[in-house]
Order: sequence, then C-alpha cells, then structure tokens
Amino acid sequence: MEEVDVEPAITVIPGVDSSQRHMGFVWGRGDILLYETQHKGTGSGEAGCPLIHVVRKDEDIYSPILRKLFNESHHIFVGLQQSKEETSSKTKRPQFVSVSKNYRSVIRACMEELQEVAVSTRDAALSAQCCSQVSILLAVELIWNLCEVLFIEAVPAGSLLLHLLDWVRLHKADVDEKAQEVLQSDSPARHHKYWDVVICYVLQGRMDEARQMLAKQASQQPAARSMFKTLDSLMKKMPVFNPAGSQTLTEFDLKWRHWHEECELHLQDGSFSSNSNLETICKILLGHEETLLNQKEQLSTWYHFLVSRLLYTHPSVKPTELHYYAQSSMDLFLDNRSDPEPLDSILLVAFEFDIHQVIKDCSIALSNWWFVAHLTDLLDHCKLLQSHNLHFGSNLREFLLLEYASGLFTHHSLWQLAVDYFDHCPEFGRIYLELQIERVPLDTERKALKVLRICEQRQLAEQVRSICKIMAKKAVRNNRLGSALSWSIRAKDAAFATLISDRFLQDYCARGTFSDLDLIDNLGPAMLLSDRLTFLGKYREFHKLYGEKRFAEAAKLLLSLMTARIAPRSFWMTLLTDALPLLEQKQVIFSADQTYELMHCLEELMSGETEPSDKRTVQEEDIETTKVELLRLALARNLAAAIVKEGTVDSL
Amino acid sequence: MFVARSIAADHKDLIHDVSYDFHGRRMATCSSDQSVKVWDKSENGEWHCTASWKTHSGSVWRVTWAHPEFGQVLASCSFDRTAAVWEEIVGESNDKQRGQSHWIKRTTLVDSRTSVTDVKFAPKHMGLMLTTCSADGVVRIYEAPDVMNLSQWSLQHEISCKLSCSCISWNPSSSRTHSPMIAVGSDDNLNVGGKVQIYEYNENTRKYGKAETFASVTDPVHDIAFAPNLGRSFHVLAVATKDVRIFKLLPLRKEMSSSSGPTKFEVQTVAQFENHNSQVWRVSWNITSTLLASSGDDGCVRLWKANYMDNWKCTGILKGDGSPVNGTS
Repeated sequence: MEEVDVEPAITVIPGVDSSQRHMGFVWGRGDILLYETQHKGTGSGEAGCPLIHVVRKDEDIYSPILRKLFNESHHIFVGLQQSKEETSSKTKRPQFVSVSKNYRSVIRACMEELQEVAVSTRDAALSAQCCSQVSILLAVELIWNLCEVLFIEAVPAGSLLLHLLDWVRLHKADVDEKAQEVLQSDSPARHHKYWDVVICYVLQGRMDEARQMLAKQASQQPAARSMFKTLDSLMKKMPVFNPAGSQTLTEFDLKWRHWHEECELHLQDGSFSSNSNLETICKILLGHEETLLNQKEQLSTWYHFLVSRLLYTHPSVKPTELHYYAQSSMDLFLDNRSDPEPLDSILLVAFEFDIHQVIKDCSIALSNWWFVAHLTDLLDHCKLLQSHNLHFGSNLREFLLLEYASGLFTHHSLWQLAVDYFDHCPEFGRIYLELQIERVPLDTERKALKVLRICEQRQLAEQVRSICKIMAKKAVRNNRLGSALSWSIRAKDAAFATLISDRFLQDYCARGTFSDLDLIDNLGPAMLLSDRLTFLGKYREFHKLYGEKRFAEAAKLLLSLMTARIAPRSFWMTLLTDALPLLEQKQVIFSADQTYELMHCLEELMSGETEPSDKRTVQEEDIETTKVELLRLALARNLAAAIVKEGTVDSL
Repeated sequence: MFVARSIAADHKDLIHDVSYDFHGRRMATCSSDQSVKVWDKSENGEWHCTASWKTHSGSVWRVTWAHPEFGQVLASCSFDRTAAVWEEIVGESNDKQRGQSHWIKRTTLVDSRTSVTDVKFAPKHMGLMLTTCSADGVVRIYEAPDVMNLSQWSLQHEISCKLSCSCISWNPSSSRTHSPMIAVGSDDNLNVGGKVQIYEYNENTRKYGKAETFASVTDPVHDIAFAPNLGRSFHVLAVATKDVRIFKLLPLRKEMSSSSGPTKFEVQTVAQFENHNSQVWRVSWNITSTLLASSGDDGCVRLWKANYMDNWKCTGILKGDGSPVNGTS
C-alpha cells in the first residue's frame, strides 16, 4: 500500500524568530510548550521573546456539543464490544447495520445542534467554527453512509442501486425545500424554479413526486395534453427492482430494456419536440450523458451524477462494476478542471471497495481520530479487515482506537470514556492505560478515589500503590496525618505507615492527645502493616482500657508492649510514665512478677542510655532524673504491696 | 495545531529549560538570569507564577521535577558547576491566599569541576536518585536514602565517560524486566569515536558498566531520550546530533556463561532526518511515545510520528516567523 506523501502542516508561532533563535519545547499531557531560546553560548543578557506558548492540537474535545458525540458513540462502542460472539456473520449483519445507523444518527444529531448554534449565535468566530464543524460532519456522515451501504449491508445488484439512490436523496435534501417554495407560490407552474424541481426529482428517481409536479404544468397547457400524458405514462411505467419480490434480476433487466426502448421510440418520433423541457426529461430517462452533464447545477456532485447515470443506463449494476462507473463519472463531471478534493478521493476509493485505503485516506484528511477509530472497529467486527501486523504485533483497529482514546485522556472528564476503549484493545490497551492513568491529576480526594477504583478493578497494582503514595505524601505535607495514614495503609506502604505512626506518637507526646482517633481505633488487621503502626494501635487501646477503668487489662497490655518489643525503645520512658498512675492506685494492679518485669525494663532503659548528656539541657537532665526516681519509688512500693497481697491468704 | 495561550515568562535573560511536573499542573522554568520560576495552572487553565528565586551563580541549564511520590521536589543544574535540590515548603495560609509558595534548598552537589550540563531523576522504582553529567566527562548518580530528609544525599556512582557529556537519559522501563540503564550523550568535537554510550547496572559488581557505544554517531550529541516502553522487548532511543536519529536496541540473548556482563545489544537505526539543516539541539518523546519532537538550527520544532506500518514521517512543523504577538492571555 503506497503512502501518499502529505506535506507536514506548518504552525506559525508568533513572537519567536526562527531565523535568529532556536525554539525550545516541552511535552505536556495534551499540549506542547514552546519558547524562544539559544542553545549555544551562555546567554546574551537579554530575554528575547519573553513568552511561553501553549500549543495544542485538538480543539474537538473541548467543544461542548461534540462532547455529546463522544459520549454517545462511546455508549454504542461499548455495546458493540459486549455483543456475544456468534458463529455466523450472516445473522449478525442486521445488528451491525443497526449499530452503523446508530452511529450515523448520533452524527446527525450533533450536526443539527451545531447548525442551530451557528445560526443563532452572535459570535462570528463561534458561528464560523460551528459551520466548519458541520461541514466536516456532513462529509463524515456521507462517507460513513456509503461505507454502510457498500461494506456492511453489502447488498447485491438490483438492491444496490436502490440503496445508492437513498444515499443520494438523503444528502441532497434541498430539493424538498425548493419544491415547497414552488408549491406555495401563487402559480407553481410559472415559478422560475419549477423545472429545476421537476428535473431534480427525476434525477433522483422520485417519479411520483415528479409526476405530481408535472400535472400542474399539464393542467395549464391543455393543448399539449397528449404530450404530457405520454411522458407521464412513461414515467409511471418505469420498472423498479423489488428485492422482496419474486422477479429475478434478469427478468427485471429485460423489462427495463423494453421500457428503455419505448422511451427511445418516443424521443425519435418527436413526441416531445415542441417542449424542450419535456424532451430534456425524456433524454434523462434515456440516460443521455450530455443531457445529464448539462444538469450539473441540479446534480452538484459527481456522485449524484454517477447514481443518476446508473439509474437510467444500468440499474442492475453489480458491486464489482461500480468502480469503473465511479471513475468515469468523476472524470466526466469534474472535467479535469481541478484536482479532486480529499472527500472525492475517499468516495472513489470506497466505490472501489478498498476498505483499507478508505481508512487510511480518512486518517490523513481528518484531524480527529474519532471517525476512523469507530468505523474501523465496526468494520473489524464485520470481519472485513484483513489482519495487518504492525511492528509490535497489533492491528489497524487497535492502532486507531489507541490513538483516539489517548486523545481523550487529556480531557478532564472524557478520560473516563477512554478507559473503556483501552479495555477493548487486547494487545496494548493495558499498558497504554497504565502509562496514562497515572498522569491524571489528583486534584481532589474524590477524583483520586475514582482513579483508584478504575485501577483496582483492573488489577493495576503498581498504579494503585503509586496513587496512594502520592496522596499520602500530599496529606503529610499538609499535616493531615489521619488522611496520610489511611492512604499509606491503602498503598500497603509499611515504611510510610511507620513514619506517620511516629508522627502521631510525637504529636501525642507534645500535646497529650491523639488526633484522628476514629481512624486509629478502627484499624483492624491493617494494624499489622508495620510494627510502629501496630504499636500505635495497641497504645491507643491501652488508653481506651484505662479510660474504661479496666486497669488490670490496661496494665497487662502496657507491659506486653515493652516485653514483646512492640514499642520502640525511644517510647519506653513514656510508657513507664504512663504506668505511674497505675502503680500509685490504692489497689494493687501490677502483680509482683509484672513489677519485676517493669523494673527490669527500667534498668534496661537506663543502662542503654549512653547518649552524651550534652544533648540535653541541665533542666531536662533534672526532670529525667526526677522521673526515674519517682518510678523507682513507685515500683518499689508496688512490689511491696503486691508481695503482701499475694502472700495473704484470703480469709473466707 | 494552534497557539492556545501565551504566558509572559518574565525572565530577564534567555530561558534554557522548561519542565512540566508529572501531572501537568505545574511547570518550572530556568534561565541565564540564574533563577528558577515555578508556575501553577489554575482550574481555568491560566498559569500563575507562584515562586521565583535565584538558584545559582551562573546560567541555569536544566530544571527537572521529581516524581510526586517524593513530594514537591525540583533539581537544577548550572554553569556554576553545581546542581541543587529544592523542596517546596507548605507556607502560611496568607501565602496560599496570595498564591505564593516557598522553595528551600535541600542540598548543593559540588562534585563537578566543570559546568553541569544535565540533571535528571532516575525512574522512581530505583528510589530517589538524582543524576548529573558535566563537561568534565563524569556522570554522577546520587541517592537520598531517607526520602523524608532531602538534605542527605550520597554519591553512589561516578561513571567516567572520558568525553565531555551534554545529556543523559534513563530508560524508563520498570525494574522487573531489566537492570537500570542510562544513555549518555557527548558533545565533544575533538575526539573521534561514538558519542552515545549506554551504561547498565550490574547486580553482581554493583557498578555501572558500559553496555554499548554507538559507533555510528560520531558528531557531537546535544540531547538524548529513551522512549517510554510500551511493553516491547526492545528499547527505542532518540538522539539529537547533526540530524535526528531514532535507534532500536534489541537485547541479544545472554549466553549462560556471560550472565555477569552487561547485556549485549543489536543497535538498529530506525530513522534519520536531516531537516533541521545543521544541528539538532533537543529531542523529546510525548507521554505515550507516539510522537517525537525535535528542535534544531533552523529554529523550528518538528514532530515525528510512526504510522501503523512503522514508517517515520514528519507530521508537523512549528516555526516562528518573528511576527509580533497580538497580546498575551
């Protein structure tokens, strides 16, 4: 498949002088930043152009009306992917046709809205933009419709022409407007557009409407009544293929030839020679090339010319014959005056049934991947694409879907649609999603949770961890320790959880109370994530027990925190100090054994403290010494009381 | 493409680097005026300068953001032979209201004897590691072992490249598939020999060993960039030299016996473009590695894309015509 060498589009950046300076750049998520710079030398002492330009490609995703297009087509896309695999593609065809029609109706709805805005707005720039978007969508729908007829419905000869007629009629609806204008005038038969309307109807094969119009003229010219009657009868008798009928194509063809001959006879014997308009109509019925070409204004496009020509020369045209007629029609109509527009080339290539070329040409012609991505996906479902191996083993459908979805990802809300597209790209969807979802800005907790949910549903474990870590870090910076802790737990980040637990404990030492009690009380099994966290949880439990006056349990827990080495050594002094009120209670709470253990802990702590005392002030030293003395005294007293209590036999 | 908006950067001298943060919400600019500015994007898309401060005593060549997992951290490098690490401090609520934030210096890295030409953070799975390269031909890799204390950095590796270095790029692919790999470009124009070197970390020796020198790149190299890995078995590297080059590095299967040496690669030139006329100064991949941008002596930025048949083509040119700007937004 030869690639057409398309010249790269040039975008001009104001203020930067490319002949004097270099241009620096940096990629963003949906844009590229450009600035003037100089890569040689160390700076010239003057700033040059002081601007940084934000350059973007797609305007489409920022248009509120087109957003509906993206949303609704997403819905259709997902529905299509989820339809079950069946054995025969024949049975699925009507379903695919219906999907295709859905897509087209979404395009049309969007066009209508854009048209309305274009007409009603006072903003000239907006109006112009809407108009250009409308014309692009018109072209898109035209192409899509043709692809639906030729590739998806893939009707055989006979029906083919009927479908092409429908296609042309749908896209040349202005004749109805004109007809209305004529009919509503005082004297329709004398209206200056009267004959235009009649001829348009004939060109579109709308015989009944043409005959009705002609009747108006006929009643005005009683003298020529027989002439009108002849023409009317010819038009009435024109054979039209009925796909549901019992007539075969050959039979139809035969009948049509008879009719054609009859028309020829009437032309030859001068039945219409006195009325040039009627004669023109007869010539059209006979498919005279020159006459048809003279109707360029009514036809307006070469493909209308093509269909009209086929209607009146070869209505039983086969799909395989189309391209020949298409090429010659285009050549005749365009007269080699100008190069064909991209749209013309695409339609021609469609008539040639070269699906890949259609997709390729559309990709080049359009700036947004929306159209080619969805159409190719649908065609792939119809099994119409040969598998084309890319350098990393993907196929055309996936390539286009990935491009489209990547474009959506930079939008602040449309990115969620993109996720579904990636889900249905089996080869690279996952990795594209991994790369792009971690860049979604986590502005609010709600948004972060949304992103997280998507990652968790797809087992993107690393992304989950990373997002939670980022949120935890943000929370710590803003001193929201509770939030930081829950994010660390979610990230399963033991190291960070330890860090935050330390902060909590420091806070407690400084202020005497815990913050975020709810969180700490309800840690549950998450407590086991890190030793420090476990300690935090248990320490809080100790405080609760104490508050509930469950002293014996509290005491036991407190001791175990030290003996089981759950508490960090640095915290032991605090714990021992916490033990003081328990030791000084009237009733004996710590048993003798427990008291021995406490003493042991104290001694361990004291002997371990070989820190240079110049770290502390003299005052702090004093406080420390006093504390230790108090502890020793309390412990000793408790020991004595405990021994006595345990030695005493309970008198019954 | 079109210019969506223009920001008045307000530097008093040439801007040498602009860097987006990971989420595209913040940006840092650095200049020959020796300062760095940090900009924040508001909800309506406008950029506001939230910090501006003097960072070095010479032109600041590059500025780069650490991954947000490590907080709000920047690194800068300069002609003054140093690189520095900066951290944002959450300020008073008054500051927040006025839209200002403070950045403080966490460390200065003074090991280089010459201008420090590039500074990059290593991929986040390696921890918080900073890499610099200098005109003295040495690539230095530093690590902050305690991510909560960014004033402690230790020099972990010094890679002597023997040629004056201008740029470095880490292979962004994650740890499980291969060892850390870094590409170094040299702008030396006195010596012959390949100007792109690939170093790979060796688990056994715990050192970086040279895996490859690109003999086909003999002209000075100004920029180098690994493409984000899309689950491919090979690596893609873009090089800015007298032309734009795109290379594919295919790891050759290691012999069982030589598993201790660096991976051997087959180096293929995938594309070569001379459109920039003389020197190409910068190359950079977009996030999905579907587009490569380059800038060169012709003062233009060009965009390169591979189609679905893997043929590379220029798909866009951004050019300044020196016309005056209508107005900034």
